[in-house]
Amino acid sequence: MASPPPLSPDRPDVSPDPVLDQPGRRPARLARVTDVSLWAEWAAPVGLVILAVVFQLMNSTFLSLGNVKAMLVAAAILVVLSVGQTFAVATGGIDLSVASTMTFGAIVFGLAYAKGAPLPVCCLLALAAGLLVGLVQGLVVGRGRITDFIVTLGGLSVASGLALVVSDGKPTTVISPFLLRLSTQGVGPVGYTVILALAVALLAHVLLFHTRFGTHVLAAGGSPEAATATGISLANIKTAVYAISGLLSGLAAILLVARVGASEPAANMQFLLNSVAAVVLGGVSLMGGRATIAGPVAGALLLTGLTNGLTLLGVSQYYQPVAVGAVVVLAAFLTRFQR
Amino acid sequence: MTRTQPDADRPVLVEARGVSLAFGSVKALTDVDLSLRAGEITAIVGDNGAGKSTFVRCLSGIHRPDAGVMTLDGADIDFRSPEDAREAGIETVHQNLALVEDLTVWQNLFLNREIVRGLGPASLLNRRAMQRQAREMVASLAVNVPAVTSRVRRLSGGQRQAVAICRAAGFSSRLVIMDEPTAALGVQETARVEALIRRLRDDGRAVLLVSHNFEQVMRLSDAVWVMRSGRCVAGRRTAQTTGQEIVALVTGAQAA
Repeated sequence: MASPPPLSPDRPDVSPDPVLDQPGRRPARLARVTDVSLWAEWAAPVGLVILAVVFQLMNSTFLSLGNVKAMLVAAAILVVLSVGQTFAVATGGIDLSVASTMTFGAIVFGLAYAKGAPLPVCCLLALAAGLLVGLVQGLVVGRGRITDFIVTLGGLSVASGLALVVSDGKPTTVISPFLLRLSTQGVGPVGYTVILALAVALLAHVLLFHTRFGTHVLAAGGSPEAATATGISLANIKTAVYAISGLLSGLAAILLVARVGASEPAANMQFLLNSVAAVVLGGVSLMGGRATIAGPVAGALLLTGLTNGLTLLGVSQYYQPVAVGAVVVLAAFLTRFQR
Repeated sequence: MTRTQPDADRPVLVEARGVSLAFGSVKALTDVDLSLRAGEITAIVGDNGAGKSTFVRCLSGIHRPDAGVMTLDGADIDFRSPEDAREAGIETVHQNLALVEDLTVWQNLFLNREIVRGLGPASLLNRRAMQRQAREMVASLAVNVPAVTSRVRRLSGGQRQAVAICRAAGFSSRLVIMDEPTAALGVQETARVEALIRRLRDDGRAVLLVSHNFEQVMRLSDAVWVMRSGRCVAGRRTAQTTGQEIVALVTGAQAA
């Protein structure tokens, strides 16, 4: 061992660079400013600001207190759904059933309400219905090892079908002073539903970044092999994220009933598209492993603001899905530069 | 013991006797006997499909042998999962390194061993403690990686290997298994990783090295076991053999 022995000739000399010696911090920081991947991560907040400025210039009521209030309230349901969707996407999956599960939860709520159940019971039943749908899907994905996409696509169909079966296709009017207060009033200018959505987002942030579970979600999405090798159960993680998404769909169901004043077996498809869109806009990698909560929340606000602004400008509502679709594909394009 | 026993004065840490494993009709391992000693680097060499990786996977809890006995420090081991093996102090540095690129160095070092504050479901990560310990782990092995808060994605191949070895060396491991630890590295990085492997040995750990690189085996290892078509056909003290003899044993040109 006196002199370094030669390497075997069959191994190419890949990179004799002294990079191992470099601290490598400063250049990295400088490069980040010009880094496109940074822009992909910040697409939603930046887009939100641009959108606000443009719409404000075109219609001065856009940023009026009343309209901002209305937009936030309108965004609350989408924020809750998007947070749930974020957990599914963070593991490299996707929850296509969020909107249908919400509809199912709302129907369960309406049915219990029509049978004379007290309001807290109705709320708990809606949450339980959402949790159950999510849990079953999670178990099928995790234990049954069937692709997320297919399972939740099936879940979408089953949940919306069940909603029709249970309700017999008829809406139930829910007139409750409590729900009315929930959806129309708040603390100062901030509506209760907005506070609720914000609390959900905060809790989700803590869960994702300050618990073992959150780290394991990101690890399972970022590298399933590494997660398995270190003893993390992918099955448990998958089950948990779809259960969370289902539970939040149940919560969104309560907000939906409060907002509409009825439980309807409607498709609510725009909520599904928008929840995926918000997550993509929020810079969450669809491959999994990279996620924030603030990003999708900003994405949800952006999409709501877009719809609201277009309405204010008198653009036909038929154009709104077109605009949403275009923005989402643009955001997905930006994520190509994510590293 | 019918096989040539690489003898030494150090205590045997792991011993395998008659370990066999079949996948359907494919006999991956047949009656494998071998032993690893603490404070030594033991190499397993053999052609592709000789059963090296399968044996290593038995040790790290991924496969369970159909027959045979494996002991750790004299006690029988029966791992049902990689987690069991880790609990027993057997750490594996996988060929794909098993690092999560989008997580930071410290998050990877503590993956599934996170330090938390609080009790039960309400416990939160103690990020500061983990970062501090991660710095200590990195420093104690004199591993040259950028700040432990940088993402693994930004590291070079050698740095990643160092992080993976660092993780395996931490947490009071007794045996560190390395599968082709320098296969994708350049000259300098290889030298650094080899120095790191020697440091693990000098700390008193047993190191099991799976390598195709005979020169590396000759300069790093203390003992060599040769596998051929699912059997462990020979064992040598590295000091008492030559590269030619090992090659001959691997190819079957020389019988044990």
